[in-house]
Amino acid sequence: MTGATGLTTARQPDPPATPRGLPRLLASVREDARPTSLDEHVRRYGSTRDAVTGPALISLVEASGLRGRGGAAFPTGVKLRAVAAQRGRPVLVVNGVEAEPASGKDRALLRTTPQLVLDGAVLAAGAVGAQEVIVGIGRHAIREREVVAAAIDARRRKRIDGRVSLRVVVAPDAFVSGEETALLQFLNGGPAKPTFTPPRPFERGVGGAPTLVQNVETLAHLALIARFGAPWFRELGTPAEPGSALLTISGAVARPGIHEIALGTPLRELLTDAGGATEPVSAYLVGGYFGTWFAEPAARELLLDEEHLAARGGGFGAGVIVALPATTCPVSEVARVARYLADESAGQCGPCVHGLPAIADSLARITIGEAHDQRLARWLTEVRGRGACRHPDGATRFAASSLDVFAGEIEEHLRYGRCAASDRRVLPIPARGRDRR
Amino acid sequence: MSDVLRVNPIACEGHGLCAELFPERIRLDDWGYPIVDPRPITPELEQHARRAVDSCPTLALLLARTHTNATGAAVGPGRPRR
Ligand SMILES: Cc1cc2nc3c(=O)[nH]c(=O)nc-3n(C[C@H](O)[C@H](O)[C@H](O)COP(=O)(O)O)c2cc1C
Ligand code: SF4
Ligand code: SF4
Repeated sequence: MTGATGLTTARQPDPPATPRGLPRLLASVREDARPTSLDEHVRRYGSTRDAVTGPALISLVEASGLRGRGGAAFPTGVKLRAVAAQRGRPVLVVNGVEAEPASGKDRALLRTTPQLVLDGAVLAAGAVGAQEVIVGIGRHAIREREVVAAAIDARRRKRIDGRVSLRVVVAPDAFVSGEETALLQFLNGGPAKPTFTPPRPFERGVGGAPTLVQNVETLAHLALIARFGAPWFRELGTPAEPGSALLTISGAVARPGIHEIALGTPLRELLTDAGGATEPVSAYLVGGYFGTWFAEPAARELLLDEEHLAARGGGFGAGVIVALPATTCPVSEVARVARYLADESAGQCGPCVHGLPAIADSLARITIGEAHDQRLARWLTEVRGRGACRHPDGATRFAASSLDVFAGEIEEHLRYGRCAASDRRVLPIPARGRDRR
Repeated sequence: MSDVLRVNPIACEGHGLCAELFPERIRLDDWGYPIVDPRPITPELEQHARRAVDSCPTLALLLARTHTNATGAAVGPGRPRR
């Protein structure tokens, strides 16, 4: 700084400002989308030296009301406490698999603000007494893996993490490989397929140790809670679900991509944020491929939080929203997704192995105007809750909601063999042959 | 505290023996896999339940301990104890 005397004085860096309003997680993302460096990150948010650490952080996370952002909205503080209460030194697994095709928020965080995620991981590890942190990232997320590996190196050079060591593990990116027991079985040298619980991960995970599995975004929030506190966290969101959340919106909107909102925000506001609709929309898929459809225009009044959506038969899931253009045939779209979900069954549980293909076949018949199997409705309820993991629950919820919301279009298909809409594809399906092991 | 039936769907091979032995609480789906009644096992049914559990060739049928809430509904899947 140059003073009035013309002498230069040592410039004190401005203390990092407590983030007010939005964005929070995305506050340090660079214009050019290159990863925020460790220095830039510390300049924006401050160092973890000034954060609440160790067991005290567990109470703080409980007070914050933070819930997991990986899809199940489970209270993070409860999980931290359960892991800390186990005998043996725990391990922390950062779930960055994000195999949900229409989701991109976890990879966006890893790519643009890796130090925020790693801060959260190291802080959570310290809270439960873990010294080993494993970051699981999908095989196709090559850029993210490079960025995170470089970010870990930068931390190592500065020796900021004490006894905690971090490493990246490449995980398969089949749909169910991000399910926590599947990821753990893979880390233990087995196939990336879910296991029967109990034992739950907090009891027995990596190498048999109590294991805390948290979603990438959950840990990014935790890193900020440790710095700015629980009341700060609760300045946004609802009392039951405080804080902000990342959403991935795609389909017929002007600015598709990642948006940070306060939980409980009306869909209408998110749509404005996303530049509005580019063409008429028939319905919105909320919560991804385990989620549900809401028809236009009532959908706009939905509030985006788990409590509100669950009361309407849906869920926030991992924050995926797709605006389906009115000109796209919803029946063929949902049939394609149902087939994809059936193909992505890990092939272990009878009801999932037989039920999901039967449901997909039924939906496929509707698209060509053939009557669907009369047993379809029964299958949709019978298959639910009978797999080792929640894959069949999500797949049947999606199918049931599709039958309900698109009943008119289905009627049209059954009557005329097709509908008036085009078969332009909007819902993404990964190429077949993605690795599963 | 009482017990509920649980199936380990990874281990279950759909032999259907359990439904034959314990039709009061187990029926089969269209592919031969068991659908178990989620209500806690009452003392009168205890013996039938035990027999079904002990007869499953893949050890997939379990009696899991559960807590019941104020309304008598089973809470949580519980830990198997076969
Ligand atoms: C089929 C299936 C796939 C899942 N995939 C992911 C995933 O890719 N990433 C993730 O964080 N959680 C995924 N989950 C949820 C995880 O099992 C787990 O709940 C989560 O990682 C816990 O972290 P959180 O409490 O921070 O959300 C999946 C769950 C299911 C049933
Ligand atoms: S329910 Fe389906 S996806 Fe889940 S473990 Fe069983 S077979 Fe695999
Ligand atoms: S007897 Fe065992 S393997 Fe056979 S259907 Fe019943 S639970 Fe499954």
